[in-house]
Amino acid sequence: MSQGKVVAIAVLVLIAILTSVSLFYVVDERQKVIVVRFGQILRHDDKPGIHLKTPFIDDVRYYDSRILTLDAEPQPFLTGEKKYVIVDSFVKWRVLDARQFFLTVGGSESEARRRLEQIVNSGLRDEFGKRTLASVIAEERTKIMAILTEYADRESRRFGIQVTDVRLQRVDLPEEVSQSVFQRMKAERSRIANELRAKGAEAAEKIRADSERQREVLLANAYRDAQKLRGEGDARATSIYATAYGQAPEFYSLYRSLNAYKESFKKKDDILIVDPSSDFFKYMKKPTR
Amino acid sequence: MAWNVPGGNGDKDKDRDPWSQRRRGAGGSPDLDQIVRNIQRRLAGLFGGGGGSSGGGVGGGSGSTIGIGLILLVGIGLWLLSGTYVVQQGERGVVLRFGKFQEATVGGLHWHLPYPVESVEKVNVDKVSTIEIGYRSDARGGRRKVPSEALMLSGDENIIDIEFAVQYRIKDASAYLFNVRDPEATISQATESAVREVVGQSTLDFALTEGRVSVSRDARKLLQEILDRYNTGIFIVTIETQKAQPPDEVKPAFDDAVKAREDEQRLKNEAEAYANDVVPRARGAAARLLQEAEAYKASVIARADGDARRFNQIYTEYAKAPAITRERLYIEAIEQVLSSTTKIFIDQKSGNNLLYLPIDRLTGRDTTAAPLPPPAADTESTSALRDSSRGRDARRGSQP
Repeated sequence: MSQGKVVAIAVLVLIAILTSVSLFYVVDERQKVIVVRFGQILRHDDKPGIHLKTPFIDDVRYYDSRILTLDAEPQPFLTGEKKYVIVDSFVKWRVLDARQFFLTVGGSESEARRRLEQIVNSGLRDEFGKRTLASVIAEERTKIMAILTEYADRESRRFGIQVTDVRLQRVDLPEEVSQSVFQRMKAERSRIANELRAKGAEAAEKIRADSERQREVLLANAYRDAQKLRGEGDARATSIYATAYGQAPEFYSLYRSLNAYKESFKKKDDILIVDPSSDFFKYMKKPTR
Repeated sequence: MAWNVPGGNGDKDKDRDPWSQRRRGAGGSPDLDQIVRNIQRRLAGLFGGGGGSSGGGVGGGSGSTIGIGLILLVGIGLWLLSGTYVVQQGERGVVLRFGKFQEATVGGLHWHLPYPVESVEKVNVDKVSTIEIGYRSDARGGRRKVPSEALMLSGDENIIDIEFAVQYRIKDASAYLFNVRDPEATISQATESAVREVVGQSTLDFALTEGRVSVSRDARKLLQEILDRYNTGIFIVTIETQKAQPPDEVKPAFDDAVKAREDEQRLKNEAEAYANDVVPRARGAAARLLQEAEAYKASVIARADGDARRFNQIYTEYAKAPAITRERLYIEAIEQVLSSTTKIFIDQKSGNNLLYLPIDRLTGRDTTAAPLPPPAADTESTSALRDSSRGRDARRGSQP
């Protein structure tokens, strides 16, 4: 008897537990839920915490309420000047309206991603087609992202999705274009290298020429000054000679000439052919006048 | 027994996210409430087993109600105890009550309402983690390149090779847990996007040289803005540029350009060296020229002075007896000349034959090499010769 009682109590407890468990549902901070009864959505905006529902009848569906990432495969897009760029973008989105999300995409994340990808790709195609490569890379980049975020957010609201951000992760050139970019970069570098070397040679030549000019000028100036000094010396000497010799020109002539003879003929190598009849030898012939 | 069944159910339900999060937060070391839960589970197994298989045998005794009550009491006690948890230094314990955020606790021993009412998730907010973009380093210190991440376009449509490391930590544990799925992947995506945006707005040369610091600074700022927009609760400590260089394909050309810059400097320096050699030497030579001129001037004047003085002296004496002095000077001079030179006497009267004089033999040299008299002395020497020839002519003229 007591054994049967225990079993009965156990069964009752089990039913009570199952009912009470089915009576409550918990919504996490990271979740959004909808409560569905026979295919009808009863509630869709429960706050985090514990909630009551009708046991066994109401079905609770959980969705992630956090920001999710759609990281699409890199896609080629044409820019305004018909150049291909490979664009890798990502979309940050979240389920905003669980009801709408359930109704339009069946609460399926992958379905939502597909829709989002379509929206973003068409948006990217439009925006890239309007712009040049340079502006896509540089100044318009931020603008494109802002436009796309706004556009994707507007378009995806009907799926109960909020798009927080659309960002261009990478904007790259296709492989073969990259190669030609490398070629161009090389050419540019060799241009710079040549220019630098030539500039170096130019500067060096200028410096050399300048130093040579300085040298020439220095030497010429020095020559000028030196000649002036020498001239002064000569002038002074001339005036001294003139003063001294001017008092007896005739004697000077004799004196100087004799000195000159002595200076001129003083080596054994000098050969004089002498006629003994000259005045000097007059006593060699006969000792009288 | 009552706590056992929902506990099992709840475990399955709640395991998915919180568990994975917690493992990451706690860094793998088993925490207290996990141990408590393990004990609980083991006890539950014992209890359940006893109830199922031999429930009749054991529970048949009327005195067993006290035993059951005791077990229930111990069970409740253990249940309450399972709410204790330890938060390590530098961690935050985020307490959720039925999934709703309740509080964030700091380091120490804490207690929360036991499962399934409250749960705790721990997040390390002090640890600085690193994400590598453009390369991956492995445990052995090796380094593998990831070109798809590292190569990017600069604003002037050049391709640049940049590798960088992002250091981040969690600044807001609850925001980190609740707002973004997979925050790490978000950081690396946002970093790539931010860096490429910044590099896209600078030129290649700027990004490679003086702009390196500003690129990583701007990227950090932008990245923080992006992450704040998602409310990730992450703080970017730094973005460090590990490497910024031209791609391998064009590196030789860039190196050559750098070399060219060196060459330019070298050429200039060489020229400067030349100039520094030439100009001072020229200055020295100029100074020498001037000094020599000064010397010449001084010496010429001094000599003139000397000559003049000597002449004056002699002249004074000469004036006293001109005729004899004149004769004496003449004879002395000729004597000196003749005594020091080679002389050949030719007496014109002894014959009018043609005379052959082998002068080159006499001097023992080739005539062409015979020294010419110095030009200054030229006039004097010819006049001396002229003197003698004049005498000869006179004689010749008087001869017939």
